[in-house]
Amino acid sequence: MIAELGHFALILAFVVALVQGIVPMAGAARGHGPSMKLADTAAVLQFLLVAGAFAALVHAYVTSDFSLVNVYGNSHSLKPMLYKVTGVWGNHEGSLLLWALMLTLFGAMVALFGRNLPDGFRARALAVQGLVGVGFLAFMIFTSNPFARIDPAPLEGNGLNPILQDPGLAFHPPFLYAGYVGISIAFSFAVAALIEGRVPPSWARWVRPWTLAAWSALTIGISGGSYWAYYELGWGGFWFWDPVENASLMPWLAATALLHSAIVVEKRDTLKSWTILLAILAFSLSLLGTFLVRSGVLTSVHAFASDPTRGFFILIFLLAVTGGALTLYAIRAPALKAGGLFQTVSRESSLVLNNLLLATATATVLLGTLYPLILDVLGGAKVSVGPPYYNATFMPIMVPLILALGIGPLLPWKRGSLLTALAKVKLVAALAVLGGIAIVLATTDAPVLAVLGFVLAFFLGGAVLVELAQRVQLAKLGPMGAFRRLVTLPRGAMGMSLAHFGMAVSVIGIAAATGFSQEHLGVMKAGDTVEIAGYSLTFQGVEDVPGPNYTATRGRFEVEGVGTLSPETRKFRAPPMETTEAAIHSTPIGDLYVVVGEKTGPGYATRIYWKPFVMWIWAGGIMMAFGGLVSLSDRRLRVGAPVRRAAAQAQPAE
Amino acid sequence: MTPRKRRRLTIAIAGLACLGAAAGLVLYSLGDQLVFFLSPTDVVAKAPPPSQRIRIGGLVEQGSVKRSDDGKTIEFHVTDLTTSVSVTYHGILPALFREGQGVVAEGNRQPDGSVLAAEVLAKHDETYMPKEVVEALKASGRWKEGDPLPAGPHPGTETGQKP
Repeated sequence: MIAELGHFALILAFVVALVQGIVPMAGAARGHGPSMKLADTAAVLQFLLVAGAFAALVHAYVTSDFSLVNVYGNSHSLKPMLYKVTGVWGNHEGSLLLWALMLTLFGAMVALFGRNLPDGFRARALAVQGLVGVGFLAFMIFTSNPFARIDPAPLEGNGLNPILQDPGLAFHPPFLYAGYVGISIAFSFAVAALIEGRVPPSWARWVRPWTLAAWSALTIGISGGSYWAYYELGWGGFWFWDPVENASLMPWLAATALLHSAIVVEKRDTLKSWTILLAILAFSLSLLGTFLVRSGVLTSVHAFASDPTRGFFILIFLLAVTGGALTLYAIRAPALKAGGLFQTVSRESSLVLNNLLLATATATVLLGTLYPLILDVLGGAKVSVGPPYYNATFMPIMVPLILALGIGPLLPWKRGSLLTALAKVKLVAALAVLGGIAIVLATTDAPVLAVLGFVLAFFLGGAVLVELAQRVQLAKLGPMGAFRRLVTLPRGAMGMSLAHFGMAVSVIGIAAATGFSQEHLGVMKAGDTVEIAGYSLTFQGVEDVPGPNYTATRGRFEVEGVGTLSPETRKFRAPPMETTEAAIHSTPIGDLYVVVGEKTGPGYATRIYWKPFVMWIWAGGIMMAFGGLVSLSDRRLRVGAPVRRAAAQAQPAE
Repeated sequence: MTPRKRRRLTIAIAGLACLGAAAGLVLYSLGDQLVFFLSPTDVVAKAPPPSQRIRIGGLVEQGSVKRSDDGKTIEFHVTDLTTSVSVTYHGILPALFREGQGVVAEGNRQPDGSVLAAEVLAKHDETYMPKEVVEALKASGRWKEGDPLPAGPHPGTETGQKP
């Protein structure tokens, strides 16, 4: 019964989305107030209906209602409660419902917190948001109904893919989806601006908080996914250039570019049509990611569906959204007037360079991801594009990007001097190179790329500190005065420094973990000892341990000065499958990573890795996301348009 | 030239330079860094040079897995039920590696016709096979989708004896 209510709520949401997509748009065109007001109500109602449907599906999972095909296919009564709940989005239909939930949540938030937006603009943006909702809800209702029943109901479910039974899965998809879908707001705002035919500087201020929130969520989602792959797949790798990972990286790169170009629109009233284009492309890449992941054209953990009609539907939807928006862009963009001028060497130019490089990087990733598919469709050879391709294309683009990242913030707006900026980072650059030389001297066989990574990261970190010191006038005011200024610094500036510094931290992690890892592979008998990176590990054998829905073979390693590490190999019953659970001893300077495999001859196959500074990769990711949130709390964005300031402050805090 | 035009020209040149550099990198990489997927029959027929990285996909032939005494080197045969190719791998196999199950190995073909694998992929459960393996098996004409996987030494392969 509850499932039918959920299904009904979903259909109602679809109808509400249709109304939200059409009536306010027509109302805004005619200047009809009540029709425009309808957008707010519809957006909130649509969210409540989808939330109801989502709650109904969660209820079905929690009570193990196997009369639903979806629950039967992806759950099991013996599964721990946490995984019953996260199992809701561990499958095709449920993850789409989560997506729709996020989409409508963002729409409702625009309706509730976007009071400072002009009525006509808000109505149009919410209408576009409604139309995107129509597409997604139709997709669910017509091809992927999460509430389909089976009769008679089976007694037991098939269970969830064991490698998805992990706390990481509980948090990684919701963040990723919040990011993907948050970009839809930038898209709706861009399309609404195109319909109105003008992009005022305040447009950038309206779109920025949503893009920042989406970008931060996407950053956390990607970092989380990478960390999950690191500890769950048992190989100690953190990024595989898997098409599914690329599907989340591309919108991230585009959203990063969008964040930066929106600054130029806001401060200097120029680069408008490029920024609008980026907003359209960023959301198109999110949809493309969904298509790649959900259509089953890729073989991966994430490809739940392999029904061609679904892929076809998403492809049509993608073409309609992207094609429609780009057509509108082609008609309206030439009318967008550029404002402020700037010189070739200026903050604006460095942001343009940042955008060019990010766009190029996105294009190379896109090409690498799609090339095997295109070749396959054309009947050519079956190929895969792996890390060597990305190392040769993506990495070289990151080098100038990181350099620009260090120097750009030191350039003034409008007109600057490269020499003055370079003089400020002279010392930092020299120290970075010295640091690189020190690493080469201190280690044997240091890989060139890893050392280059270190040098770039040192330079970037140093340049961020130089910029911060200059901003707080450390030289003039001394440490105490500078600290007082630091506390009162605009949050936007603080967020920027944090995010850029986070990038440097991540690059150090990536360079160290890829260039200086140590590994020991081999069969170990009880009593054998292995020395790695200054640790001494003694294998003490294995024991069988029962888990809630699996049996584990647990190895015991005594590590001198650390204690016992107990990696496991888990044999799940439903579905029958094995996973490896690495035992990881994390320290700030590196991780000791131990995996025990199957019985081989007299002992057990073991993998022991030393991954230096690997935690820094995700620490940097968290810093970047946190920088985004700090920037989000900037007064300038909270208060909204200046004319509304008095009214906004008079309202009670939300 | 007005400042606005000059700025546009600079941006256009920078954009073209970026695109050009990227196109160069991509063309270089797509020529060299691609990994081709081949079935065992393809590996024998096409005999890719040792410099070409390939993925070979098929079933692990029953009874073909041999381990060296220290357990670090594993030799097994990958078959598409018509042809089988010997694969050597140094390292620890993934947990799902089983005789008779689907496998994809990535590496280079050696002059003696065997494949030295740098990586063995088996990211799937007991009932699921990688798409590429399914297609390789279908292409060999000895297996249709929905058929049970042949147990015991695979028919039609010459080298399926127990070590």
